[in-house]
Amino acid sequence: MNKQRSLFFNVDWFVISTYLILCVIGWFNIHAAVYDPMNPSIIDLDTNYGKQLIFIISAFMIGFAILLFDNKFFNTFSPIFYGTSILLLILVLIIGRNVGGNQAWIPISSFRLQPSEFAKFATCLLLARYLSSGNLKVQELQTQLIAAFIILLPTGLILLQPDAGSALTFSSLILVLYREGLSGYFLVIEGICILLFVLTVLYNKYLVLFGLFITAGILTHFYRKNRKILTLIGSSLLFSVLFVFSVDFTYIKILKTHQKNRIDVILGKVDDPRGVGYNLNQSKIAIGSGGLWGKGYLQGTQTKYNFVPEQSTDFIFCTVGEEWGFTGCFVVICLYLFLLIRIINIAERQRSSFSRIYGYGVASILFFHIFINIGMTIGLIPVIGIPLPFLSYGGSSLWSFTILLFILLKFDSNRMGII
Amino acid sequence: MNSFFARKFVVQGIFIVITLILLTRLFYIQVISDEYILSAENNVIRRLPIYPARGVVLDRNAKILVQNEPVYDLMIIPLEVKPFDTLEFCKLIGIDKKGFDRRFKKARSYSPYKASIFEKQLSVQIYAALQEKLSNFAGFFVQNRTVRRYPDSIAAHFLGYIGEVNQKVIENSKGFYNQGDYHGITGIERSYEELLRGRRGVQNLLVDALNRPKGTYADGKYDTVAVAGEQMISSLDKDLQKLGEQLMKNKIGSIVAIEPSSGEILSFVSSPGYDPNLMVGRQRGNNYMTLLNDKYKPMFVRPIQAEYPPGSIFKVVNALVAQQFGMIDENTYFFCPGGYRYGRSSFMGCTHVHGSIGLKGSITESCNTYYGYTYARMIDKAGMRPINAYKKWHSAVSAFGIGTALGIDLPGERNGLLPSAEFYTKRFRSDRWGSAFTISLSIGQGELGITPLQMANVMAIVANRGFYYKPHLIKAIGEKRVIREEFLKKNSAGIDPKFFDVVIDGMSAVVNQASGTAWFSKIPDIEMCGKTGTVQNPNGKDHSVFVAFAPRKNPKIAIAVVVENAGFGATWSAPIASLLVEKYINKKITRPKAYMDRLLEANLLPGYEKIIRKSDSDSSNYKKGTTQPKKISNE
Repeated sequence: MNKQRSLFFNVDWFVISTYLILCVIGWFNIHAAVYDPMNPSIIDLDTNYGKQLIFIISAFMIGFAILLFDNKFFNTFSPIFYGTSILLLILVLIIGRNVGGNQAWIPISSFRLQPSEFAKFATCLLLARYLSSGNLKVQELQTQLIAAFIILLPTGLILLQPDAGSALTFSSLILVLYREGLSGYFLVIEGICILLFVLTVLYNKYLVLFGLFITAGILTHFYRKNRKILTLIGSSLLFSVLFVFSVDFTYIKILKTHQKNRIDVILGKVDDPRGVGYNLNQSKIAIGSGGLWGKGYLQGTQTKYNFVPEQSTDFIFCTVGEEWGFTGCFVVICLYLFLLIRIINIAERQRSSFSRIYGYGVASILFFHIFINIGMTIGLIPVIGIPLPFLSYGGSSLWSFTILLFILLKFDSNRMGII
Repeated sequence: MNSFFARKFVVQGIFIVITLILLTRLFYIQVISDEYILSAENNVIRRLPIYPARGVVLDRNAKILVQNEPVYDLMIIPLEVKPFDTLEFCKLIGIDKKGFDRRFKKARSYSPYKASIFEKQLSVQIYAALQEKLSNFAGFFVQNRTVRRYPDSIAAHFLGYIGEVNQKVIENSKGFYNQGDYHGITGIERSYEELLRGRRGVQNLLVDALNRPKGTYADGKYDTVAVAGEQMISSLDKDLQKLGEQLMKNKIGSIVAIEPSSGEILSFVSSPGYDPNLMVGRQRGNNYMTLLNDKYKPMFVRPIQAEYPPGSIFKVVNALVAQQFGMIDENTYFFCPGGYRYGRSSFMGCTHVHGSIGLKGSITESCNTYYGYTYARMIDKAGMRPINAYKKWHSAVSAFGIGTALGIDLPGERNGLLPSAEFYTKRFRSDRWGSAFTISLSIGQGELGITPLQMANVMAIVANRGFYYKPHLIKAIGEKRVIREEFLKKNSAGIDPKFFDVVIDGMSAVVNQASGTAWFSKIPDIEMCGKTGTVQNPNGKDHSVFVAFAPRKNPKIAIAVVVENAGFGATWSAPIASLLVEKYINKKITRPKAYMDRLLEANLLPGYEKIIRKSDSDSSNYKKGTTQPKKISNE
């Protein structure tokens, strides 16, 4: 009894409340997205919102169950979780169901399991366990390589499905490594790479190369006395030139047409709202027509009449935007921001580095999903099919985000007990 | 604690910055830009036009002349089409594979998402056959519409036809017409277009991404209902019109019958005519071209577009004008030696040697000599210069509605020709000309041009003893039976009523007295007053003309009949007119069958023997539109 009480005392109720509010917001918006004004029905378990209600209840039960586990359990079994998800990822390639071009689902009776969702927390756990073990230093190359391997193994398997969107989420774990001491240059390099990528796709690669040489020339002129910086400039230049060529090659030869189209639409290279730009254009129209206050609950027309594809899953934010307007979007985004900052704070107050590293992993993965998903619905980034945490319809994603979050809450509730 | 604790703030900073970027972007597209709100409305609201039914046209006894019949347009949404048995489909709607591909390509290039017309105006039969199997052909559906239907296939020239608007009409209509709309092109369909077409309604529908209707927008707050076109009650008598068209079969010419007391046109026949149903349906284009190329010009609206020198019937006008001018009276006699001598050596022949002849006799026996003298008196002995006397005569004749269009409610009416004094001054290069120069005007020949409508109107004036109402074809518009103001106005011909007695006496004798030129056309119990005319035709056989009104007391009908290339007025035109008058007044015909058969069977087309075979094959060229009823007419 005493233990139970202390558990509830120590659980972070701010995070749980935010989590529940987001789930409820999600449920109402899924209801609105599939609501048919011609045949209104209250609750029907065959519809998406009916199923989502079951998902929410079961997710909460899973979360509660996690709180009852022993604290050591997750640390001890993290290699097994990781191994199981790797096995499932391999299995899905063999027996998986192909939905929408991605072989990402394992059918279990009437539901479908998406192993890539569970790979997220498994990878987080193993990464946390590895980085917190012994006296490792993230600055060392060996550590970096092993950490990269832990991250890249599931990424590679998911890419084979091929589900580029889910695979990309693992790149967010670089934030974890950064917090644990990875040089800030990596973040800068990542930023420069993105910039170069966009410029190369958008403009002629020779123009970009010309710009690179000019920049390098100017920098060389200013730092001509500093040999160390000159070397840095030289190697950066070499790296950049190679990168530009490889992007050009990748873009033309490797990327699939639909992926290329999505990038082209975002960068404004093509203007074809009926064809490849349809999703994005309709999504922007739905959100944009919401105005400041929105059209009102169940009053949205764009999302209701199927103009927006995937309106209850990846594009659920369109319903929020259309029916609740800027006000609703502001509230939802602020709830997310509050959740993220709270998670970071929770991570920092952990005594064990395992819990802290895991907390950063949770924040990074949530952050990546939120930013990419909302960014894609409003045309900031290419259309990448990943769900919006807690809002999008779907059992696998809701459960996996719940597990991800509640494991952290479990660690946090026991933070006092661990020396 | 960890040495990299400060990096917490970098990570949280990144979260905040990204959040701000998202919110800024959202604020822009939701609050600042209104582009997306407009796009959303375009997305979801379809403004569906609701076509009103075009106004129905009835005859004077409320029998239907033209009505609307449903037809079925086959529509296609190319994106929703799934593979199906093309061959069966083509067979069902009667097209070939090539035609199918062409239509499909056209629809696709218009829009893959939106519905467009695949095949127009399917008949009820084809529609019924197709409807059963339509579920096999995804992406196709049927939309109904109405087309014009003429149950008796009569009065084509009067009713006119409708057709699709062209680009110019669309531009001039200030947004009323859209591509694919129909408007009146000829006849009353055109002159009453604004009333017949009705007002289009709009339904604002919410549609989903696949263009499927999902309900009304704002509960129909912005919808408007379609207002059907006004019903037109025409002045035509359907039975009379039908008989007239039968009698004029295989003849070139016109019949115009007017009710003198109102100016309402009772019959309006232009021959050769055509079946108005030919201008409806899928074969319309072919039929139109065949009609256009027909050597007898069936599209020509002869009652208002053909101009003839009126011939002897013009003597009636001259007799009245001369009396009004005080130049002659009922007791004026002239001596007819078989012709009228004028100028130094010119001679205008007369049909007979009439001897001494009075005004009444001059009408009954159609004496040219009498009118030679009468005309000479009016022009030369008026106490003024002949040119001024002519101007006076000109304006008196104009008052009969001759030389200017009467303003009937049909498009394309011609003025006819009544030459002005200036015309002759120019021709003779001097203004010193007298009656001798223009003597043929005395007997209605020469430069005169009068339409059959104007001839009938002259008879209406005589029947009314001095006035006429503007002839018109629509006697009442809509439920309220509105009649146009202009048709209620009495127009004076400027002749004192008392001068008509003698003329009408003469005209009655034309028909009812054994010596009259139209004795052959006497109707047993109706006193018809008429005047025959034979119009000289430089290109062939003379035209036969007869004008009349009946009964003498309280006239009910004034009529003009012109049969081209038919010789004397008494031979063909007068009997036709007499039958129509009898039919109209007594509602039945008592004349022997042989009398009628002679008229019905006569073929007076020029050189008909040579072309009779060809005209048979011509008529088979008219492909009946698929909306044709089985029995086309009782001809």
